[in-house]
Amino acid sequence: MFGFGDLWVPIAYILCLGSAALCVIYGWRHWNEGDDMPSPVHPADEDLEFDEEV
Amino acid sequence: MNLQILTIVVTAYILAVAYLGWLGYRKTKSAADYLVGGRQIHPTLMALAYGSTFISTSAIVGFGGAAALFGLGLLWLTMLNIFVGIFIAFVVFGRPTRRIGAELDAHTFPELLGRRFNSRFIQGFAGGTIALLMPLYAAAVLIGGARFVEVQLKLDYQVAVFVFAVVVACYVFFGGLKGVIYTDAFQGSLMFLGMAVLLVSTYWQVGGVGAHQALTDLASKVPPSLQAAGHQGWTAMPVFGSPLWWQLVSTIVLGVGIGVLAQPQLSVRFMTVKSGRELNRALVPGGIFILMMTGVAFVVGALTNLYFFQHEGKISLAMVVDSATKKPNIDKIIPEYIGHAMPAWFGYVFMLTLLAAAMSTLSGQFHAIGTSIGRDLYQQAIARGKHQERTVPFAKIGIFVAFVLSIVLCFKLDVGVVAIATALFFGMCAACFLPAYVSALFWKRATRAGVIMGMIAGLVVWGLWVLLFHEKESAALGLCLRIFGQTSVVSGTRWTVVDPIVVALPISSLVTVIGSLATKPDVKPRARVAAADEERELVAK
Repeated sequence: MFGFGDLWVPIAYILCLGSAALCVIYGWRHWNEGDDMPSPVHPADEDLEFDEEV
Repeated sequence: MNLQILTIVVTAYILAVAYLGWLGYRKTKSAADYLVGGRQIHPTLMALAYGSTFISTSAIVGFGGAAALFGLGLLWLTMLNIFVGIFIAFVVFGRPTRRIGAELDAHTFPELLGRRFNSRFIQGFAGGTIALLMPLYAAAVLIGGARFVEVQLKLDYQVAVFVFAVVVACYVFFGGLKGVIYTDAFQGSLMFLGMAVLLVSTYWQVGGVGAHQALTDLASKVPPSLQAAGHQGWTAMPVFGSPLWWQLVSTIVLGVGIGVLAQPQLSVRFMTVKSGRELNRALVPGGIFILMMTGVAFVVGALTNLYFFQHEGKISLAMVVDSATKKPNIDKIIPEYIGHAMPAWFGYVFMLTLLAAAMSTLSGQFHAIGTSIGRDLYQQAIARGKHQERTVPFAKIGIFVAFVLSIVLCFKLDVGVVAIATALFFGMCAACFLPAYVSALFWKRATRAGVIMGMIAGLVVWGLWVLLFHEKESAALGLCLRIFGQTSVVSGTRWTVVDPIVVALPISSLVTVIGSLATKPDVKPRARVAAADEERELVAK
């Protein structure tokens, strides 16, 4: 197929192009969507309490 | 090569990189700037930085050379690189990584895991693992770049390695992540240009799309030893289940294709943008960039066989037999091809492309190793969160350590090791970090104990498999031979070619799940994240 030795290689070839197209189309369609920066809910390092008992 | 033109081109390139590194240095005012670029990076810069860090000389020289050996079956890796490494990584992993990273004020990948599960041990363990094993990957990248300079400029290999490493260490040392991202974006643009020219000129050299048929017709020239191992030509996959099939599918395609999701130097890029919108926008340049990098390198790598056969009467492997070891060195195939097939001016362009690929990946690696040592190991695990002001100085010491370790490894590693060393590191990241990372982002029932058990199990199984089972490494390391008197404890079986990731990742995933279900749920600080989630949902309503 298309000069390739087996079917797996052209499938990979097409899926490469398809995956790149998926990234472009998804990014373009969701260009203005997305959550904003949340404010940290974690306390300052010095105030952290780690419970290391496992 | 014309030395005058070369000097001008390289000087201009180094000046541009130095200027961008200086710009990063000037804009770095705080530890957050140094560690996560102040969380305000533009999406295109982030995408180019992510892509150029992801794609290194390993991908172009090492895996391009591997494509000359295995053939176009390597395009399955390109597919995974784009679909998993970009689409899944940005859409599924990127958003929660950025959100939780900001909520927990995490500055590094190990810190994200550590704070999510309220454990300095997790942060220190992940940081220590990165600091210990990432130099192997950094060395692979350095070797790839230095081999090209060695072939192209006839420069001494050791000098090339040293100069490379010094330049990169300098701008990472001073510019922090801002310097890294600015230079990465510039280098990513150069890489795109170089690979576009390489693709067009290669197809033009070997006769256009009809070259696929000519390459298929060359299958009879595959060396008998490779045919016996399952090779069926450069336009077909190896025989299903054969040693070559296992090496291609388990080590190269799965190891790198899946391992990319838990790469510390890549995951931290998601924490550099200010909102989820930036991640959507970054998908567009990200997808195209990776297609142009690995897709072109693998297609060109396979086609080099046709080019060399048409012009020299030999396949690529026969062109790069190492005079000392008498073995073919696949890391030299792409440089040899550029030297033979391309005009001199393209040699300059491609040299910059590879310099850019090596330096952009190396800078991300040096930064990740440095922050692992300074932030995760020292400031959080050893100093117990005190001495915040020492994070950056210790990260800089870590960068110096990374520099020294990588150079030492460059001189110790065997020839033709670039693709394998890269795949090994990616596999280790998947086995050790991926279950913990997935649990941190998506599984509320995951517990600290379960995650710790999973990480340790992943690393131990991966290490044992490398040392005792996977013959390619166990034979080279020699421990198995000393203890058991043979190069692998499963010598003579198919298990010797099964990559560590195939065994270690399922085991670490299973241990994480069972360990979490068997222990009491944690309450802090995930409770804070859950409260923030609820608050956001209320606001949305």
